[in-house]
Amino acid sequence: MEGKSAVGKTISEKILSTHSGRDASAGNIVIAELDFMMAQDGTAPLAIRSFERMDGTAVAHPERAAFCIDHSAPSPLRAVSDLHDLMRAFASRYGFELNDVGEGVCHQVMLDKGHALPGSLVIGADSHTCTYGAVNAFATGVGSTDLAAGLLSGSLWFKVPETMTVTVSGALGPGVFAKDVALMMVGGITADGATYHALEIGGETISAMGLDGRLTISNLAVEMGAKAGLMEADEKTLTFFRGRTDAALEPVSPDPDARYVEAVEFDVSDLVPQVASPHTVDNVSAVGEVEGTPVAEGLIGTCTNGRLDDLRVAARIVEGGNVAPGVRLIVAPASREVMLGALAEGLIEVFVEAGAVVVPPGCACCVGTHQGVPGDGENVISTANRNFKGRMGNPEAFIYLASPATVAASCLEGRITDPRRHFDKCPVP
Amino acid sequence: MVIKGKAHRFGDDVNTDYIISGRYKFKTLDMNELGRHVMEDLDPEFYERLEKGDFLVAGKNFGCGSSREQAPLALKAAGVACVLAESFARIYFRNSINNGLHALVCDTSGIADGDQLEIDLESGTIGDVTTGAEIDSGPLPGVMRGILSEGGLVEYIKKYGGLVAEREGE
Ligand code: SF4
Repeated sequence: MEGKSAVGKTISEKILSTHSGRDASAGNIVIAELDFMMAQDGTAPLAIRSFERMDGTAVAHPERAAFCIDHSAPSPLRAVSDLHDLMRAFASRYGFELNDVGEGVCHQVMLDKGHALPGSLVIGADSHTCTYGAVNAFATGVGSTDLAAGLLSGSLWFKVPETMTVTVSGALGPGVFAKDVALMMVGGITADGATYHALEIGGETISAMGLDGRLTISNLAVEMGAKAGLMEADEKTLTFFRGRTDAALEPVSPDPDARYVEAVEFDVSDLVPQVASPHTVDNVSAVGEVEGTPVAEGLIGTCTNGRLDDLRVAARIVEGGNVAPGVRLIVAPASREVMLGALAEGLIEVFVEAGAVVVPPGCACCVGTHQGVPGDGENVISTANRNFKGRMGNPEAFIYLASPATVAASCLEGRITDPRRHFDKCPVP
Repeated sequence: MVIKGKAHRFGDDVNTDYIISGRYKFKTLDMNELGRHVMEDLDPEFYERLEKGDFLVAGKNFGCGSSREQAPLALKAAGVACVLAESFARIYFRNSINNGLHALVCDTSGIADGDQLEIDLESGTIGDVTTGAEIDSGPLPGVMRGILSEGGLVEYIKKYGGLVAEREGE
C-alpha cells in the first residue's frame, strides 16, 4: 500500500478520517466519534438490554442520542406498550430525546430535527439509516449492541468502505420520479451488488431533484447491500437545514483524484415508471409489464416516500377521483412536520375526500405490525422499500413497490396502472 | 486457537428470517428457545443433527435482511461455533462478531456437507480434513478479534470501558 496519502479521498474516507483523527483509507479499521445515534421501537429494547449488560451507568453524549417510537405506534399490543414504556423510562433516566408516538418515522424525524447533518457521522439501529446520505451524512445501520456501545462510549469502530460511484444523467419525463430512478438502480446493481461499499450518487438528474427525491434514492442504498448512499451537499441541502440547527454545516466533497472501485452510469431520459414485483426489491420492470394486476391495498408513506413532495404528487392524482371499490388506500405522512405541511396545503382533505385512510405519522403497515396487514392472496402496491415475503405481516400476500404516483393511480383503478394515464389534467414539473 | 467440527452446508442469500423465523423471534428473547428453531425452514432436522461446536457453511450474502440481533444470538445458542461464507451482509456480520459468534469470509465452494474442518482462528486458515484442502480466509481485523476473544462486544466494553485502538503486538 505505497503512497496512500498521495491518493485523494472519497466522502466516506474524509468523514471517517475527521471523526477518527487519523488518515483513513478504504480497508482501514477506525474508531470514530459519533455525531448522532438513533434506535426505534423494534431495536431499542435489545439495545437497552445490551447497555445494561455492559454495566452502563451513563450515556456519553445525551445530546447526540434519540429514540423513536414509530414501528408500532400507537401500540397495537400490551407487550409492545410495555416495550415503549421501557424506552421512555430509559431515555428519561439518561436524559436524551424520545420521539413518542405521532412524531413520525425515525429517519424523517432525524432529518426534520436537524440531527443528521452534512459531513456528520451517524448510526441508527435500523437498516434504512443510509437515508441521510442524501444530505451528505455518513449514516449507516447497525445492530442493537453496536448502538448500545455507541450510547455508552460515544464512538464506534468502522471499516472504511470502498466506494462505488453512481452517476445519473438525463431529465425525467412526466410521471417518472425519484422512486423510479431508485428502483431502476436496484434492478441494475442488484440486491448484493454494492455489499460493503459506500455509494456516491450524483449527476445532473440528482442535482435537479429536490431533497425529498434524493432521500428516496439514498433510502434504497441498503437494498443494494451498500453501507452508505452518499450525495454531495448543495444549496438545496443547506437551505433545508436553515432553522433546524445551530451547528456550523461542514459538507464534504470527494477529492478529484479519489479512488473508486467501480463507476456505474445511468441515463434516465427514456425511463418509464418502474415496479418491483414480489418478493425481491431487485425484481424490477417497467410498469407496463405488470399493468392490470389487481390490487387490494395501497400504501403511500414510509421513510422511502412519505414526504411532502410525495404527498403532493399523489394528491394531484387522486383529486376529484375515488379510490376503487374494494381497495384500501392508506396514506401515512412520514412525520408530524410533513403532516402539518400536508394539512396546510389541503392535501389531507383531498385524500380523505377520495376515500383514502390517513393514519398517524409513523411506519404504518410497512413492516406488518399494524394499521393495514394485507389478507391472504391479496396484492399490495406500496411506496415502501421492501417487498419480501411476509414483510407486511402476511406471507400469503404479494407486495409491489412503486412511486407515489403509480400507487395513487393504481388505487383509483383497482389495478396496477401507469400513472402517466392520470397526468392529463395537470402539468408535470 | 484451533477449533474442530463438522460442516453443515447451505446455499446463497440465507436471510435473517431463514436463520430464525419471525414466527419465533418476536415472541421470546429466550435464545435457547430460539436456538432450537434455527434454519428450520431450510432444514427441519438441522438442530437435531448439529453437534455443539459444528460449523455452518454457506454461499454469498449470508444474513441479508433485517438488522435484528436474534439471528447470530440464536445460532450461537444452538451451538454453532463459526459460520463460513463467501460473503456476509454487513449488519449481520457485525452483529455476529458483537455477539461472539465467529464469521469467516472464504471460498466455501469446495466444502461439502459433513466435511470435517479444522479452523485456526488466529491465522484464519481452514483445513478441510475430509478433502485435504487448505482454505485461507485471512485474519479478521484486530478490533474484531479483540471483541471475539472477550466473547462479544458486551464483555469487551465491560473490560475496557469502551472501544480501544488495536492493542500493541496484535
Ligand atoms: S417506514 Fe418501513 S422501512 Fe422505514 S423505518 Fe419504518 S418500517 Fe423501516
